[in-house]
Amino acid sequence: MIERDQVLHVARLSRLKLSEEELASMQKDMSSILDHVDRLAEIDIEGIEPTSHVVPLENVLRDDVPRPSLDREVSLAQAPDAADGAFRVPSPQAEI
Amino acid sequence: MYSGDLTAATAAETADLIASGELSADECLGTWIDRAAGDELGAYLWRASRDQADAGTAKVGGPPSGVPIAIKDIFCTAGVPTTAASKLLEGYRPPYDATAVTRVRSAGLPMLGKTNMDEFAMGSSNENSAFRPALNPWDTGRVPGGSSGGSAAAVAGGLAPWALGTDTGGSIRQPAALCGIVGLKPTYGSISRYGMIAFASSLDQCGPLTVDVTDAALMLGLLEGRDEMDSTSVGIEGGVTRPQSEDLSGLVFGVPGDLIAEGVDPGVKAAFEATLGKIRDLGGRIEDVRLPHARHGISAYYVLAPAEASTNLSRYDGVRYGNRSPGSNLVDMYEETREQGFGPEVKRRIMLGTYALSSGYYEAYYGRAQRVRTMIVRDFDAAFEAVDFVVTPTSPSVAFELGEKTGDPWAMYLNDLFTVPMSLAGVPAISIPAGLAEPEGGGPGLPVGFQIAAPAFHEQKLLEASFALEGAIGFDGSKVRSGI
Amino acid sequence: MSGATDEFEAVIGLEIHVQLSTETKMFCGCRLSFGDEPNVHTCPICLGHPGVLPVPNRRAIEYGLQIAAALECDVAPRSIFHRKNYFYPDNPKAYQISQFDIPLASNGHLGEVRIHRAHLEEDAAKMIHVGTSGRIQGSDTSLVDFNRAGTPLVEIVTEPDLTSGAQVREWGQLLRATVKQLGVSNVNMEEGSLRCDANVSIRPVGSSGLGTKTEMKNMNSFRYLERGVEAEIERQKQLVASGERVVQETLHFDPSSGELHSLRSKEESHDYRYMPEPDLVPLAPDTAMLDAAAASLPELPAARAERYHSELGIQEGAARLLSVETEWAAFFEDVLGSDESIEPRVAANWVTGEFAGELRRQGEQDPADSRVSPKSLGNLVSMVSANRVSHGSAKSVLERMVADGSDPEAIVREQGLEQISDTGELQRIVDAAIEGNAKVAEQVRGGNEKAIGALVGAVMKETRGRADGGEVTRLLRQSLGL
Ligand SMILES: [Mg+2]
Ligand SMILES: [Zn+2]
Repeated sequence: MIERDQVLHVARLSRLKLSEEELASMQKDMSSILDHVDRLAEIDIEGIEPTSHVVPLENVLRDDVPRPSLDREVSLAQAPDAADGAFRVPSPQAEI
Repeated sequence: MYSGDLTAATAAETADLIASGELSADECLGTWIDRAAGDELGAYLWRASRDQADAGTAKVGGPPSGVPIAIKDIFCTAGVPTTAASKLLEGYRPPYDATAVTRVRSAGLPMLGKTNMDEFAMGSSNENSAFRPALNPWDTGRVPGGSSGGSAAAVAGGLAPWALGTDTGGSIRQPAALCGIVGLKPTYGSISRYGMIAFASSLDQCGPLTVDVTDAALMLGLLEGRDEMDSTSVGIEGGVTRPQSEDLSGLVFGVPGDLIAEGVDPGVKAAFEATLGKIRDLGGRIEDVRLPHARHGISAYYVLAPAEASTNLSRYDGVRYGNRSPGSNLVDMYEETREQGFGPEVKRRIMLGTYALSSGYYEAYYGRAQRVRTMIVRDFDAAFEAVDFVVTPTSPSVAFELGEKTGDPWAMYLNDLFTVPMSLAGVPAISIPAGLAEPEGGGPGLPVGFQIAAPAFHEQKLLEASFALEGAIGFDGSKVRSGI
Repeated sequence: MSGATDEFEAVIGLEIHVQLSTETKMFCGCRLSFGDEPNVHTCPICLGHPGVLPVPNRRAIEYGLQIAAALECDVAPRSIFHRKNYFYPDNPKAYQISQFDIPLASNGHLGEVRIHRAHLEEDAAKMIHVGTSGRIQGSDTSLVDFNRAGTPLVEIVTEPDLTSGAQVREWGQLLRATVKQLGVSNVNMEEGSLRCDANVSIRPVGSSGLGTKTEMKNMNSFRYLERGVEAEIERQKQLVASGERVVQETLHFDPSSGELHSLRSKEESHDYRYMPEPDLVPLAPDTAMLDAAAASLPELPAARAERYHSELGIQEGAARLLSVETEWAAFFEDVLGSDESIEPRVAANWVTGEFAGELRRQGEQDPADSRVSPKSLGNLVSMVSANRVSHGSAKSVLERMVADGSDPEAIVREQGLEQISDTGELQRIVDAAIEGNAKVAEQVRGGNEKAIGALVGAVMKETRGRADGGEVTRLLRQSLGL
C-alpha cells in the first residue's frame, strides 16, 4: 500500500494538483497496480544488465551544419502568452 | 466514372485502379472524403477538406499514389490540429510534419484526417480519448481497442482505405485484432519516430493498419528507412516487397504455452487453435517454445512505459504551446495546467512513472524492470534459435463492451499481455484476422486476431508467412467495411 | 578576527560550464547566437515541441574530447546521455539532456587541481524577470528567450582541491586560458560562455572530513569569484567560531556591496529522477576520434609556462602571466623572434612589466590591438641591453610608442636620448662635477659613501639622463679613489 504522503509527494514532483477525490482513487489504483508490479521482485536478476533500448547502435551523430530556424511569429503563435518576442510566464520569483 | 465500391477494394487494388486509369485520383479522394464525412464511429478527431487533404501531397505517378490515408492524431502534421486526444493540446497546430507523414505525403497519399486514440496513446479501448470514445464497427456498443482505436475503426468501418497507427505495447495489434483488420508493429528502429508524439520512447513504433497483409507490406515499404532526425532509426535492410508466398513449408511456428496458458476466452482459444491447423495445412510445423519471462512482461512494461512517459509528458507545462490554466504563480500555473489538461489514465501513468524513477525507488522498480526486459529479450533470442516465428492470440478476448473495464486499470492492462513482450524485445509482430468468436455472454461473432512475431528486421519473412496464412484463413470483413 | 578562526582551512571545488563555440546547437540545427533578438534561433526541437527528437552535434562531441584530452582525463569507452528532470520555464522539455553516471571524461587534472569529471550537456534558455506595475501583488512575469536553449556545454567538475579565493582565481584563469587555447569556446564570462560555480566549506586544519558546503553561483568574473569565495570563507569561519552551523544553501555574492545573499532553489525537492535518454544511442569514441582530439591539442598554457620557466629561464610569475593570456604569449614570442640577441628573461620583464603597465595606463588591454609592434618593442629592449639608451629614457620612449606608434629609433634620435657612451666625454663631466661640489666630494672621501648620490645627480643633470647610472657611479668612485 502506497502512503497518502507519498502520493502527494509524487504528485508534487509531477506537477499535478490532485483533488481530494483524485488523491484517494490515485492511492487505491497505484497500490493495486504496484501490487502486481511487485511480483517482479520474485525474479532473480542477479548479474543481469539493464536494457534501456534495443537498437544496436552507437555514435549516431549529425554534422555541425545549420538548418533554418522557425520564424519567430510561427513559434510564438502557439504560445499561451507572449510579449516582446518572448514566451511569457508567471515569474518564478513571485512564488512566495 | 468508376462504378465499383471502393470499400470492397484494398489499398493496393485501389492503387492499381488509379495506375491503370480506371479510377482518377480525384474521384478516389472524393469518395473517401465522403465516406469519412459519414463517420459515426468517432473514428476521426479532425477530417480534411479536399484541399486540406491534398495540401503538401506530392504528385507522383505509380502506386500507391492517390490512395488517401487516415493518420493517428499522435503524428504531428504541420498547420493541422494535432492533439494526441488530449485536452492539453486542443487547438495545437504543430509547426512541422512528422517524418512518417512526410513519407506518405511524398508518396502521393492525401491525408483524410486525424484519427481518434487513447490520450497520449495510453489505453487499450480508446475510452481514454479526451474528446469521445471510438466505437467498434462490428458492434458499436463495444470498444475498437486502443490506443490506435480510431485508425482501426476507420479502416474496419470503411472510413479510410488504410491508416497509420502507433504501437507501444500493442496499440496497433490489439485494435486491429478487435476490429478484424491487419495491424503491423515493425521492428523498433525500422521507421522514424520523429514527429510521433512520444509515449514511451524506447518502445514506440509506428506502423500500418490495413485491410490485408499486402497493404501492410505496401505501407511498410513507404515508411521504413533511416531518418537523420531520429538517432534510433535504422530502416529495414533490403526494403520490403509485396509478399507472394502461398505455403509455409519448412517454417516452424512456436507456441509459448506458458504465456498463453491462462485468461484466454474460449472463443479466442478455438480460433487460435483453428489457425494453427491452417498453418499445418500449409506445410508449417507447430512446436512448443518457452518464453519463461514473457508473462512478467506486463509488470515490467507498467514500470518502464510510465517511467518514460512521465518524463516525455513533462514538457506539457503551458509555457510554449498547448493550453494553459491560469495560476497565481508559476508552480500553480504548472499544476493547474496539467491537472486540467490530462485525463485520469494519463495522470495515473505519470504518477506511476514518477514514483518508479524517484529517489529511493529507482532500483526497485525502474532498474529491476529494465533487467527483466533484458531477460525477455534473451527469451526471444533463444526462441528464435529454435523456431522461425512465435505465435499467440493477439488479445485474450474479443472486443469488450464500452465501460466494461474502465473501473479496473490492471484488468485493462491485461489486454496487452500477449503483445507487450514483443514490444519489450523490439521484435516485429503482426496481427491478422483469424475468424470470429462469440463474446462471453453470447451474441454475434466478433473478430479474433492471430499474432505472429519474427526476429528483429525479418519483416519480409513475417509478411510472407502472414500472406500465405491470410489466404488460407479467408477472413472477410467487407460487409462491415461497406456498412451493409 | 580571533585565533580560533585560523584553525580552519577552506575546501573549495569548482563546477565550470563551458559553452562550446560550435555553429549549431547540441541537438538541433539552430545557430548559436549571442545578443540577437529573442527567440529567432529556435525550432521545434529546441522548443521541446511534441514528437521531436535530439540528434547530437558531432563537433560538440569532438570539442568535448579535446577538452578531455587537454585536462588529461580518461575518456569513457562508452558513455550515455541521461535525462535530468525538473520543471522550469527555461527547460523546454522539462528535462535537460546531460550525462550522469557515465560521463564523457573523468579522472584528469589541470596543474595541481584534479578534475573529477567532464561531461556534455545542453544549456537552458534565458529568462528575463520583468516587474509589472500592476496592482495585484505577485503579478510579475518573466519572459523566456530560447535562443540559448540547447547550446552545447561541457561541464567540468573539479575535486575539492582548492583552498583560497586567490587560488580559485588563478586556477580559473588557467582553465579559461586552456579552453580558449583549444579554440572550442569563447570563454567570455560576462557573456556567460564560461560560468563558474564554487562549492565552499571549511574544516579544522589537518582534518580530512568535509564540512557542510555552500554553493556560490555564476559569478561573471574570476576576480569577483575570488572576493566572493573569500567573503564566504570568512563568513563560515565566523559562524563556526560563534558556535553556529553552516547551512547548505546557494549564495550570490554582490561585488558592489561585498554582501552574500541566499538564493531560493529552483525546485524545493532536488529529485531529478535521472533516467537513460531513450532517444539517444551510446557514445563510444573510437580510436580515430580520440587520436584526432589528441592531435588537435596546441601547446597549452600550463605546458607553455613550464617551458618559459625551465627552458627560457623566465621567472615563474612572469611565465605564468604570459602563458594564461594567449595574446600576451603570442606578443612575447614575437618580440623574442624579432631579434635573436634579446634575452628571454629581459624581454619577459619588459612585456609583462613596463609594456603591460603602459598599456593599462593608456587604457588599452590587448597587446595585439596596440600600436606598438613586437618588432619595435624588441628594438627598444635591444637598445637598453646595448646601453644605447638608459632604462629611464626607454620608459619615456615607450610612453610615446604606445601613444602614437612612433618608431623607437626615431624618438631617441629626435629627443637626443642616446646614452653618452664615450668614456672620455663622461669623464670630463665627472671631473667637473667633483670640482663643482668639492664639499660633497670631501665627505665621500672621508667615508660617507652615501653622499655620492648627490654627485651622481649632478652628472645625470648635466647629461640630461643620457648617461648610464652604473657607469657614472663607477667613474665617480674611481676618480674619488674609492
Ligand atoms: Mg550542468
Ligand atoms: Zn533548434
